[in-house]
Amino acid sequence: MTDEFDALRAALKSAPAADAEARARALALAMTNFDRLHAAGQGTADGPRPTEDRPPRAGFLNGVRSMLKSLGTRPALAATTSIAALAVGLAFLLPLRGPGPLLPVETPAAGAPETPAVTTEAPATAGRSAAAADADAAVAPAESAPADIAPVPPSVPPSAASAEAAEGAASAIAPPEQPMVDEPMVALEATEAARLAAPASPMPSALPAPLPETRVAEPPAQAIPDENTEAYATAKANPVKITAEEPVSTFSTDVDTASYALIRSTLDMGLLPAPEQVRIEEMVNYFPYSYPAPDAGQAFRPTIAVMPTPWNPGTSLVTIGLQGALPAVADRPPLNLVFLVDTSGSMEDPRKLGLLKQSLALLLPELRAEDQVAIVAYAGSAGEVLPPTPAGEGDRILAALDNLSAGGATAGAEGIELAYRIAAEMAGEGEVSRVLLATDGDFNVGLSDPAGLEAFIARKRDEGVYLSVLGFGRGNLDDATMQALAQNGNGTAAYIDTLSEARKVLVDQLTGALFPIADDVKVQVEWNPARIAEYRLIGYETRALRREDFNNDRIDAGEIGAGLQVTAIYEVTPVGSEAVLNDPLRYGTAADQGAGPDEMGFLRLRWKDPGAETSQLIEMPITGAEPATTDTRFAAAIAGFGQLLQGSPYLGKWGWNGAIALALANRGEDPFGYRIEAVNLMRLADSLAR
Amino acid sequence: MLMDTPDETLVSAAREGDRAAFATLVARHYDRIFGLAFRLTGRRAEAEDLAQDICAALPAKLNHWRGEARFTTWLYRVVVNATHDLRRRQATRAKAAEGWGDWEIARRDEIAETRERLDWLTGTMQRLSPELRDTVALVLGEEMTQAEAGAILGVSEGTIAWRMSEVKKRLRALAAEEGR
Repeated sequence: MTDEFDALRAALKSAPAADAEARARALALAMTNFDRLHAAGQGTADGPRPTEDRPPRAGFLNGVRSMLKSLGTRPALAATTSIAALAVGLAFLLPLRGPGPLLPVETPAAGAPETPAVTTEAPATAGRSAAAADADAAVAPAESAPADIAPVPPSVPPSAASAEAAEGAASAIAPPEQPMVDEPMVALEATEAARLAAPASPMPSALPAPLPETRVAEPPAQAIPDENTEAYATAKANPVKITAEEPVSTFSTDVDTASYALIRSTLDMGLLPAPEQVRIEEMVNYFPYSYPAPDAGQAFRPTIAVMPTPWNPGTSLVTIGLQGALPAVADRPPLNLVFLVDTSGSMEDPRKLGLLKQSLALLLPELRAEDQVAIVAYAGSAGEVLPPTPAGEGDRILAALDNLSAGGATAGAEGIELAYRIAAEMAGEGEVSRVLLATDGDFNVGLSDPAGLEAFIARKRDEGVYLSVLGFGRGNLDDATMQALAQNGNGTAAYIDTLSEARKVLVDQLTGALFPIADDVKVQVEWNPARIAEYRLIGYETRALRREDFNNDRIDAGEIGAGLQVTAIYEVTPVGSEAVLNDPLRYGTAADQGAGPDEMGFLRLRWKDPGAETSQLIEMPITGAEPATTDTRFAAAIAGFGQLLQGSPYLGKWGWNGAIALALANRGEDPFGYRIEAVNLMRLADSLAR
Repeated sequence: MLMDTPDETLVSAAREGDRAAFATLVARHYDRIFGLAFRLTGRRAEAEDLAQDICAALPAKLNHWRGEARFTTWLYRVVVNATHDLRRRQATRAKAAEGWGDWEIARRDEIAETRERLDWLTGTMQRLSPELRDTVALVLGEEMTQAEAGAILGVSEGTIAWRMSEVKKRLRALAAEEGR
């Protein structure tokens, strides 16, 4: 042991005692924030920004990771579903009156007048809390997924500008001249401005000023960069819309089910899923429903059901179910499957590579002799593990699968390019080709840039090769990237946590998962303001479309596989109901159009036959008399389950018992036990939430 | 009575809104937070700022503690991550400063020199890479086992052992350099 070593130890041991004054200040601030948090009653009001910090040993993967990160998030999703990226930070919700539940309001509610002390502190605490929020950021991954950590380059979040300015002033370095010192002030002024500009809240002091006031003051232009991960993660639940102001609701279908399996796996670990893991439409669509089958020649058939809302007697639920046609299985075209298997070191886990092998082995007996399978592994160097092989030669395929072993770093670009190249070679007239990417999420299948990868997959999609993503294992699962890739590839993203889930995804739904029957399926509902005062789409937040996109055939949207169902649920408030949240305008609306048919609304669907250029249209009225079924009631229970997990403000006193009772009463036949499993998950979540 | 309550119980109570429990918790751990922050940054002002930021964020952050690690382990991780975040921001700032011209660079050099002369510890720590600094702060400063330190930094025990031997090597090299 060297002297220096001991000297270092001694020096480190003799860290100075904490300064009493600094200690008192910090403790006081902690208590202030504690009080605010609990007065506000929303524990995650300013939850940590989930950026990540990964040990430098993984540094060489960063570029690609951050690239995928920037792809795999809201902007990418928005690009595929073509929402213009919204400035999240400035979403002012309309203040609500009346007995309705409190909505999360982002504007600083009128906290200022009663608490002048807070206001005067603002220049200092604004910077400080921004810094705190920033410091916060690094924490999230360490808690939830130690392995998944990426040194996203010094992502300066928008708020950091002022945070740094504050630090600059505080730290030993002399404050370099005016501008930096000024910034906190600017932030304050902007905050004030925002406060003034915000509609005066009719609910005095409903909420104390939220902690990071600076966030409100950020110019929207800055609110987007690097907030990627968060932007997706915190995609807000759809708000209540006022029919008179925005009668038309448009979205793309979504047949993914990954969110449900993720939630199940999280609950099984004894944890409550984070709200950002919950995508309600994916939970609802996880379950098979027996909607009426489409007429011959139709790709699918919509079924509407209207019923009282379980959690609100003053509103109704309108369920729109789409049933995809199930072409006779015997007639299905030959299938070319390329398994693109991630065999990087992180896959070394029985629940990852092991489960993956078992899952693919389950799939094999479902294939036919004329189908072909190829396997590409990527790790170290991308390689063709199995050349295109007729599915009849099961032994060869199984042997190749067995030989897969994890190890080595990941070779990015080549894997996915090779897979697509092989898929193209295998393609024959009238055949269906699909790349199945199996990964634990740490897949560095990068081309040179994110736009490149997205465009690459989209181009291949247009050439007829689809992409589906199967996620395995927990720890560094990159859910958002999976979603984005699958959406771009016209495929589904499924998360496989157990062998029975593998069976559900790959065997029971083989046809649906692998054979699209309709592309670019868009749903548009126009609500009748004479009947419906307000409406809210439950879920589909990442699938919103602009109204004009509905008729634009160049806008990509979700697809429906053979025999699959898609379900969307609206909660609507009839005119005159006590549950109406928004008061009518004093001066009325411009368009009090007269009569029109006495319908609740009108449903329009657009879809394309696979590969077709132009879309077809189905229209039908929503009369309000459509009967509910066991299926739709069960779907409502699942929507309630998802909203409970999200801590939705719309449920009132309705809780786990309500959801469990509703789901139990509407289990139906449940031949595979999916529904009773959901009930048990609700029970588990109920216990964990206590 | 609260003084004897285990951290984990206090956290649950604090999450429910129990003010006294939260106050006990922060008061109990402030010194630990500050101490580690100081060992990681080597500067009192920064350590105080960091500790304050962490305390300020703690109410909201408690909701993210999933109870899979001991509270103190989790808290150490919070401190380490907050420090990393600070370093990243400083790196950005340093980068932004490049191109401010010679005057600014000279000024920074001077500051750096003064600091080094003033504080052997800081000087030494500055010469170690950030990973080694973190490791030293936890193993020597907080007297953790290599396994504990590994758990907090998210690396294996073996890595910690390797890093410690690397630290010794660097220190020897430094001493040789100074002796020259």
